[in-house]
Amino acid sequence: MPWDRNQMAARAAQELEDGMYVNLGIGIPTLVANYVGDKDITLQSENGMLGMGPFPFEGEEDPDLINAGKQTITELNRTAYFDSATSFGMIRGGKIAAAILGAMEVSENGDLANWMIPGKLVKGMGGAMDLVAGVGRVIVVMDHTNKAGESKVLRECTLPLTGKGVVDRIITNLGVLDVVEGGLKIVETADGVTEDELRKATEATIVG
Amino acid sequence: MKKVYATAGEALEGLLRDGMVIAAGGFGLCGIPELLIAAIRDAGTKDLTVASNNCGVDDFGLGILLQTRQIRKMISSYVGENAEFMRQYLSGELELEFNPQGTLAERMRAGGCGIPGFYTKTGVGTVIAEGKEVKTFDGQEYILERGIVADLSIVKAWKADDTGNMVFRKTARNFNPPAAMCGRVCVAEVEEIVPRGSLDPDHIHLPGIYVHRIVQGQHEKRIEQRTVRKKETA
Repeated sequence: MPWDRNQMAARAAQELEDGMYVNLGIGIPTLVANYVGDKDITLQSENGMLGMGPFPFEGEEDPDLINAGKQTITELNRTAYFDSATSFGMIRGGKIAAAILGAMEVSENGDLANWMIPGKLVKGMGGAMDLVAGVGRVIVVMDHTNKAGESKVLRECTLPLTGKGVVDRIITNLGVLDVVEGGLKIVETADGVTEDELRKATEATIVG
Repeated sequence: MKKVYATAGEALEGLLRDGMVIAAGGFGLCGIPELLIAAIRDAGTKDLTVASNNCGVDDFGLGILLQTRQIRKMISSYVGENAEFMRQYLSGELELEFNPQGTLAERMRAGGCGIPGFYTKTGVGTVIAEGKEVKTFDGQEYILERGIVADLSIVKAWKADDTGNMVFRKTARNFNPPAAMCGRVCVAEVEEIVPRGSLDPDHIHLPGIYVHRIVQGQHEKRIEQRTVRKKETA
């Protein structure tokens, strides 16, 4: 059985180590926060906050307290607020240890496309280009194939890029792959998924 | 030095002209200068270029200036929550310059600090780099981005004294300080103007040197995505 959304998030949470400052993208990456367990992880929200807490209880929403997805959230006893220039200063400056992001396509040399589909609705890149260019480690979490069953793990991205050669690790419903010299290396497969099945669902070059 | 004005309309008097560049604070609908935006709508100023991370929603924030066709061009990182924006953009009525969010914030900060340009890794190898100077530092490629100097900044803060020293609240700070810094003139709307001396000088987020006019008012502070969790029942 391939991993479901929560299992992918739980696997991604294993990438995080005690003491890390981390930025989580929208979608499955947001679920990663549910699986950090006892690890001392500080979540950054790029609209200007370190130490992001869970959603508020009903009736306690604060319009002045939102995350980068514009959702109402809460603060913690460790929280710090700052302006957008400072926020992206710490991102661009490499102070954020890791970003876990969703993707439309990833290529074997670590190119990432996750911000636009030409001819379709264009919403903008938000902070994604800054994040992939600046943080220590970029981990992509996504389904291995699209709805038509075509691989999203490609030799080359077909969509406009968010960043070139920026992805370190790819976690999909089928397994975990690392971007290495010459292509992708299989780190592990999801429970019940064979290496052969993972290879067949992958267009990109797999080495080793 | 009189900085306090009675209404948003009065605070903008003499500052608005067609075709000007405005930098606006706020992220989504959080910390947006909603009173000044409404006053610009009422003034009818046209052909505006607006640098703002987002463009509000259809009927609130900068979105209301789209409805009245007062904006010619947006410089933004994300415009997803606005159907009228999409319609005007796809029909060619509205010009759009996408900036990565951090690049936009730094362009404002730099413009306000007298820095005409800076090099960043953000966007290297993407469409954002097209037409921009590429320079290699220590073996890594960077692109040149320009500082933004706006004709007018409009921002929103929580509290201010009458000299313009500003304090923001939680994530409503966001783009407000860099947007304020990059304007030749900055007008700020606040929830409360407090007496001199009641703000701790060590806790000022934006010094009054950046703020030329201030207006106090009632804010709707609309929530864009209300997300909550259930209280666990014992």
